Amino acid sequence: MTGEYRLADGGRIDRDRPVRFRFDGHDYEGCAGDTLASALLANGVHQVGTSIRYGRPRGIAAAGPEEPNALVQIEEPFPEPMLTATTVELRDGLVASGLPGQGRLATEPDPARYDAINAHCDVLVVGAGPAGLAAARSAARSGARVIVADADTEFGGSLLGTRDELDQAPAWRWIDRVTSELQASPDVTVLPRTTVFGCYDDNYLVAVEHRGEDAFTRQRAWHIRAREIVLATGSHERPLVFPGNDRPGTMLASSARTYLHRYGVLPGRRAVVFTTNDSAYAAAVDLHDAGVEIAAVVDVRPVATTVWTARCVERGIRILTNCAVTGTSGADRVSGAQVSSLPSGDAAPAELDCDLLLVSGGWNPAVHLHSQARGTVRYSEELGALVPDRTPRGVRTVGAAAGTFTTAECLRAGSEAGSDAAREAGFHADVAEVPGSPSGPVTPPQPIWLLPGLSADSDDEQFVDLARDATVADVRKAVGAGMSSVEHIKRFTTIGTAHDQGKTSGLLSSGVIAELLGVEVAEVGATTFRPPYAPVAFAALAGRDRGDLYDPIRVTAMHDWHLEQDCPFENVGQWKRPWYYPQPGEDMESAVLRECHAVRTGVGMQDVSTLGKIDVQGPDAAEFLDLVYTNKMSTLRVGRIRYGVMCHADGMVFDDGTVMRTGEHRYLVSTTSGGAAGVLEWLEDWLQTEWPHLRVHLTSVTEQWATIALAGPRSREVLARVTSDIDLTNDAFPFMSWTDGTVAGSGARVCRISFSGELAFEINVPWWHGRQVWEALHRAGSEFGITPYGTETMHVLRAEKGFPIVGQDTDGTVTPHDLGMGWAVSKKKDDFLGMRSFSREDTARSDRKHLVGLLPPAGSAVVPEGTQLVDSTELPAPPVPMLGHITSSYRSAALDRPFALALVKSGRDRIGQTIYGHVGDELVPVEITEPVFYDKEGNRRDG
Amino acid sequence: MMLIPCPWCGPRNETEFHYGGQADVSYPADPQAVSDVDWARFLFFRANTKGIFTERWNHQAGCRRWFTVRRDTTTNEIFHDDSHEAVTR
Repeated sequence: MTGEYRLADGGRIDRDRPVRFRFDGHDYEGCAGDTLASALLANGVHQVGTSIRYGRPRGIAAAGPEEPNALVQIEEPFPEPMLTATTVELRDGLVASGLPGQGRLATEPDPARYDAINAHCDVLVVGAGPAGLAAARSAARSGARVIVADADTEFGGSLLGTRDELDQAPAWRWIDRVTSELQASPDVTVLPRTTVFGCYDDNYLVAVEHRGEDAFTRQRAWHIRAREIVLATGSHERPLVFPGNDRPGTMLASSARTYLHRYGVLPGRRAVVFTTNDSAYAAAVDLHDAGVEIAAVVDVRPVATTVWTARCVERGIRILTNCAVTGTSGADRVSGAQVSSLPSGDAAPAELDCDLLLVSGGWNPAVHLHSQARGTVRYSEELGALVPDRTPRGVRTVGAAAGTFTTAECLRAGSEAGSDAAREAGFHADVAEVPGSPSGPVTPPQPIWLLPGLSADSDDEQFVDLARDATVADVRKAVGAGMSSVEHIKRFTTIGTAHDQGKTSGLLSSGVIAELLGVEVAEVGATTFRPPYAPVAFAALAGRDRGDLYDPIRVTAMHDWHLEQDCPFENVGQWKRPWYYPQPGEDMESAVLRECHAVRTGVGMQDVSTLGKIDVQGPDAAEFLDLVYTNKMSTLRVGRIRYGVMCHADGMVFDDGTVMRTGEHRYLVSTTSGGAAGVLEWLEDWLQTEWPHLRVHLTSVTEQWATIALAGPRSREVLARVTSDIDLTNDAFPFMSWTDGTVAGSGARVCRISFSGELAFEINVPWWHGRQVWEALHRAGSEFGITPYGTETMHVLRAEKGFPIVGQDTDGTVTPHDLGMGWAVSKKKDDFLGMRSFSREDTARSDRKHLVGLLPPAGSAVVPEGTQLVDSTELPAPPVPMLGHITSSYRSAALDRPFALALVKSGRDRIGQTIYGHVGDELVPVEITEPVFYDKEGNRRDG
Repeated sequence: MMLIPCPWCGPRNETEFHYGGQADVSYPADPQAVSDVDWARFLFFRANTKGIFTERWNHQAGCRRWFTVRRDTTTNEIFHDDSHEAVTR
């Protein structure tokens, strides 16, 4: 026998497959099919943990995801924090412990795999209780693609926890028949153990499937786009607020019934049942028949329903109408309930001994997904619950989730909704037949939020949210402070913000607030239902998009060569670019100084393949480029290259690069590495929406060309060793021109472009030949001491020449004139993007920030990039007038000193002045200079 | 996750698109003839509509098409009954 509270037979567990587990250091045995909660109850364990604020003992209060109390930490098979014992499937070797209201994250990495799957369907049915199964069957029979998902390990929903009959046979027979039919349908996907936790725009739903510890992937996130949705998400029983309502042994009445019928477990020996509605009578009767002594059914209503009264009388169960439980006793477990007549205080309460206190305050339809789908809800006085009101197109909410509480009605509504959904999705669908289900007359529930006549002293023992340890006293404090909005009170009291997101406490708090404010519950309303419906592990959301797969990584054709040099990489957008190539014993600074020196005195090579390249073709290409560049591109001759600046219409620089004219109607435009996609999108925008008459086509060719920069006074000699069909003399191949030829056996387009000021060539070859040509150049350069260099050296060399980097020396508030690049702004064009803005008052003023050079004292440290610049040797009281900030700052090998570029207010008018950089607690003097530090005359570019 | 109707590719997930803001903000025919005030209005002023809004999207991760849709900003419902001209502004 697996536990002294386990019945000899009954339930859907497998007594022949015992499961050993450990909880709080004790070894127990359960059965296959148990949850951790049912196995604990079978062993007589009610208390699972303690409460988060007051450390009060707390037990198992429910049998599903609405559980507010029974939080456990899983230790084996893998550490996992804060799960509810009611949703943990029992497995052999499970080790768990109870929690004091919150868990702790595992410190070791998760060895399991998580995955994601995208799915499309015509009809998604959420929930496989009577309504959901009926809906799925109707929809499936039409031939529609159907997905039916349910959080539980098996289908059946509420029917699993009852002994209801369908067609005069146990309900599970019908469940099995429908489930088999669905499984056999080729267009139906059956997903047990799958919680649909979020419903987003246009019927996009996300679910998490728990595939088990032994599965290839432990959990799988389903991203489902459904044409039509049927929400059959059921309902949650609501607890009651009364003093001492948190003692272990206090349990939702229907949950006790579920433990009995589904797991063959008696949750106690002697029970008091406290209710506001008919549903708890079934629990009283069923538990009695299974051997539990029912001390009394305490009903707040003046009259009980005849049929239930008769069944109780038959069994000798006492019914106390117009009464309430007004207190409990017991240490770690309830041992007695005080029962008073209503209004309380009329007579001395009677004390009833019990080890189980079942409560039912009514039923809350699970309108979470309905609400997330932008369905509205309204408060139903009749049911004492929030029920769906308006439902958006493409969504149907049925069954208990819609406030329908008889099985017969749920089946009928489900079947109709399933066929309606299939029809809306374009299928010919009939309403599938449903089995017969007995139903009897029901006496309306009498929702009660606060028991009358209790002294205020008891407020702090009346729990509204067990998970947050929030009481009536907390709500009273909030209301007393002047709050009346349920959203404010939620945030003040934290009610509804725990792992269960208020499944049991949400509406309860609205009811209590309404009582305290003296208004209707409908007026108070409820807080917003947000995803996720149930807690989801971040690992499941991340799936495989973690580590190296978190974001795409783009690498160049020469990447493996760089890896072999063991160089650190800089992330530029999604690109990996070599940062510098350290030799043994070198730090970054010494490596960069060496690389810079090599380029200035010998020859260096850099992989610049990542620069964006856009092929611009068409009869109107020249006219188009004249509109998007500040300078004129139509006058560029075929075979020549021009540097260009792009501005947005507001006149601010947003990208730059070279433009090669490769034909009468064809240009190759280069962009910054990180800006390529944005530039293409922007060019397409103007082309498609403003100038559709221009016959121009754009193609990204970034990954078609591998590009190698060969820079330094010896670069021509190196290139000459690997090419024989290009005349490399200045006359034949001048600066800012390009030519086609053969380099190291590969067809190549070679440009005379320099970003360092030195004689330089940019060699473009088909991507496939990138590494081969790179290595050939490296070999050819060995006798000249050719030095590979990375982005850092490139930055230093260009800064020495005063070349700005868009996005580093600019920030979207900088015009070409601010950069000192008025020469790149045409005065001959009628219009180009940005032109009109240059005459705006703000853009034209003379005290804008200019890009200038800065020289800290020779021998001093590099002043950090981002350093704020001020005019005085001592900081005045805030607000301190700022002159600008340093945008680029390095140590120069050529100058043998630190230097910087900065944006400084009226900077060009201050050249020669000393200003101060605020570094730590110090003000460091810096002299403003021209931005060009090296070879101002440009003598070096031709070698 | 909105389902956005690309005129070329059909309905696709929102993540394939890039938002382009309010539609029908045309580049002036002769910007040099526009006053500073009107130019600033063209550059910087956009509606922030609660309700039905005509806006631009770019199918950046697909065909690169720019197009216009009408969307209710309170519900994210996109109106498919539009017959916007092939070239949109």
